[in-house]
Amino acid sequence: MSVHLAATALSAAFLGSLVEAVEALTIVLAVASVRGWRPAALGTAAGLGLLALMVAVLGPLLDQVPLHALQLVIGVLLLLFGMRWLRKAVLRAAGVIPLHDEAAAFAAGTAELREHRSRLDWLAGLASFKAVLLEGLEVVFIVIAVGAGQGLLVPASVGALGACGLVAIAGFALHRPLARVPENTLKFAVGIMLSAFGVFWTGEGLGVAWPGADLAIVGFAALFLLVAALAVAARRRPIEVSP
Amino acid sequence: MRTLAGIARELIGLFVDDGMLAIAIIAVIAVAAIVASLVPGITAGIVLLTGLLFVLFANVMAGG
Repeated sequence: MSVHLAATALSAAFLGSLVEAVEALTIVLAVASVRGWRPAALGTAAGLGLLALMVAVLGPLLDQVPLHALQLVIGVLLLLFGMRWLRKAVLRAAGVIPLHDEAAAFAAGTAELREHRSRLDWLAGLASFKAVLLEGLEVVFIVIAVGAGQGLLVPASVGALGACGLVAIAGFALHRPLARVPENTLKFAVGIMLSAFGVFWTGEGLGVAWPGADLAIVGFAALFLLVAALAVAARRRPIEVSP
Repeated sequence: MRTLAGIARELIGLFVDDGMLAIAIIAVIAVAAIVASLVPGITAGIVLLTGLLFVLFANVMAGG
């Protein structure tokens, strides 16, 4: 395991998990502010418990899968996941679609919960549970995707846990959603990193011997950055109307 | 049941948001796999990388 690859896996997992943790925290805070901390905490604990169970059961199975098959499957999933993020981040950066607004998401979440005031608290707990489970699954996927295949699960897990811990501390200290996190910039960066990892693993899975071995990932990231930047510029350009 | 269906839909949505992008990515990987089985060396890698960069650019230009 090379140091630069471990650092890349750690930072990709950290940045990707940061975005997911901020999104989960927004829902949990919305639940807590409308229905109180009890259903929010119970839903969060249930979501984290189910996630831990899934990782404990499915994690050891990764060792049973042949390396090339694992690299190919993870590479394909990374490309689907990473390029989806990158496409959205490019369209948001170009102003084609609106930026994701955590304050608006918080307001929408609280409004939806207030509409169901007569219902039991379990509905609020379920909202927390679903947010933690879904965003947590994305974090687990990011960790497996950037970590599995070359023994990078430890640095990727450290990056993800660091991000989740940081967001949890900041969110619960501030008691409001982290609206100032530059989410689109993070998604842009993580989309590029995940797509670069995706090309590398898919190629390895297909038997391609990349020049420079894992250093090629840096080159792929540079090319994705270049194309994404060109796409942002091209979409921003105003349409010229001929006389 | 509706909640479970919602969770399943969102799980699929993690990987497939824009259907055309997902199909194009899979198509490029399929072409690269065919090339890899026919031509040894780096050719399949070049097909994969350039194909995916083109797909990203074309999808952004067409999307929104």
